[in-house]
Amino acid sequence: MAWFKRSTDNIKSDSLKKDTPDGIWTKCPDCNDVIHKKQWEANLYVCSKCGYHFRIGSEKYFQLLLDEGSFRELDRKMKSIDPLNFSDTKPYVKRIEDTINKTGLYDAIRTGTGKINNIDIVIGCMDFDFIGGSMGSVVGEKISRAIDKAIKTKYPLIILSSSGGARMMEGAISLMQLAKTSTQLAKLSQYKVPYISILTNPTTGGASASYAMLGDFNIAEPNALIAFAGPRVVKQATGKDLPPGFQRAEFVQEHGFIDFIVERKDLKSKLTQLLNLIKD
Amino acid sequence: MANITLEFEKPIVELEQKIDEIKEMSSGMDISNELAKLEKKVIELRTQIFSNLTPWEVVQLARHPERPFSLDYIFNMTTDFIELHGDRLFGDDKAIVGGFARLENRTVMIIGQQKGRDTKSNLYRNFGMPNPEGYRKALRLMKLAEKFEKPVITLIDTPGAYPGIGAEERGQAEAIAKNLFEMAKLKVPIIVVIIGEGASGGALGIGVGDRVLMLEYCWYSVISPESCSSILWRSWEHKEKAAEQLKLTANDLLELGIIDRIIPEPPGGAHRDHVLAAKLLKKTLIEELDQISKIKNEKFLENRIEKFSAMGFFKE
Ligand SMILES: [Zn+2]
Repeated sequence: MAWFKRSTDNIKSDSLKKDTPDGIWTKCPDCNDVIHKKQWEANLYVCSKCGYHFRIGSEKYFQLLLDEGSFRELDRKMKSIDPLNFSDTKPYVKRIEDTINKTGLYDAIRTGTGKINNIDIVIGCMDFDFIGGSMGSVVGEKISRAIDKAIKTKYPLIILSSSGGARMMEGAISLMQLAKTSTQLAKLSQYKVPYISILTNPTTGGASASYAMLGDFNIAEPNALIAFAGPRVVKQATGKDLPPGFQRAEFVQEHGFIDFIVERKDLKSKLTQLLNLIKD
Repeated sequence: MANITLEFEKPIVELEQKIDEIKEMSSGMDISNELAKLEKKVIELRTQIFSNLTPWEVVQLARHPERPFSLDYIFNMTTDFIELHGDRLFGDDKAIVGGFARLENRTVMIIGQQKGRDTKSNLYRNFGMPNPEGYRKALRLMKLAEKFEKPVITLIDTPGAYPGIGAEERGQAEAIAKNLFEMAKLKVPIIVVIIGEGASGGALGIGVGDRVLMLEYCWYSVISPESCSSILWRSWEHKEKAAEQLKLTANDLLELGIIDRIIPEPPGGAHRDHVLAAKLLKKTLIEELDQISKIKNEKFLENRIEKFSAMGFFKE
């Protein structure tokens, strides 16, 4: 399936780096409202008019969720190599280097330990800005190690997903990361360590067909696109009009795959509440 | 057989036809010397062509419409097959078949993706593209196998999980994810065989096991060469290059540690001789089952974690 297509399509004007020319105003891609940057930041990058949740990356989520100074990053500098010697319009090696230089990130996920209102957790957060949040060897390995950490410490595991799917440039190896992360989660579940999956916009393809859908609790941000095959692919394959709200968080919840939807401003308190409930 | 001839198969088929013609015209005459020479030439030509196949040619062989499909292997390898239907939740997906059968002296649970051979049967089988209920049926059958302590054999042959509206509504992603999770824990042996096309999550949805085997002329990857080409090069024209880049052939995947073993196909490919293809697969499966039945039940999860955890290339 063309998991990757949507990831590039999905990079639209809501990237935090694309500001309006004067850098003071930003435009909501959903309702076209112009928002002052200060207000936008204060509102956690959610449109105050229509509630549109702009995509934010790991740095902002860690700030939002974790107690100040509690984050200890794991495997920060783990990097992709190029096992297939892959080259399309650009060699994969070059694509990685360029993306590292552009984003300051090393791959599409960051993992670590931290505290949420004083509750110890293991956390992973994907970065869509890194090649469409695509899952290759590094994402698979970092999640796998985060799971090992959760087993060792017995801290609950939280993963925030934002991904267009598996990373094509790693071929079948990227596909195997679905199996790798899912078999590791099978182990985690045997130790009865809680796993909370938070699905943000978009969570599609390989991520949704593995760890993102396997939470003891699947939580979504409002209106997040959650799919196996994205809407474009479905429309192309079926030639049919898609139902209203198709593959959006509310639609996916209505069909039974999401426990609850929570606005960004309430995410930390809701997680605290849930973690306290399942703590012994 | 072999009514449909791929471009690179043509020289072989033409020579074979020539031999048939000579045989027909030479009634009574002794031409055995001549024939032996020509038949030797066929073998040489075939060896030469098949040892130099490009990845794209392998993809074409994997999709050959006359290739044996899951049910062909099941009927040619096993006896007493009883097909079991339905996921007990929504329906019965015709793109995945499965049931108990006897493989020589063993009962096995055999599950495979099933393509159709003509338009009508392809519509019935949804071109081998499963819906969520197919993956859920497969899981139900695997749990049955676990209950009755029978090994599981899965046969992968799909162009992908179906990207339909209903499939999305009923949780295609969840169905596949759940299978990966549950297959990891299954307390009976699982042997996975790629018998044709192994496209992406739709293939992997029945693809977690203790041993992953692959027939000689199959492909297995995260995306089809056509889709890869259309995304990365914005056109389908680079499908041959994409096929090369993706390293999707059995030899490549063996080298990368994604599969454990390559199963030989009959000369000229499985589509040339269904019975022999099944015989070769059966022989391998019996060897593998003999080996694997020595593993203790509680070791399966541990072994599968170890197997799949090793897959990945990175630096620190
Ligand atoms: Zn808005």
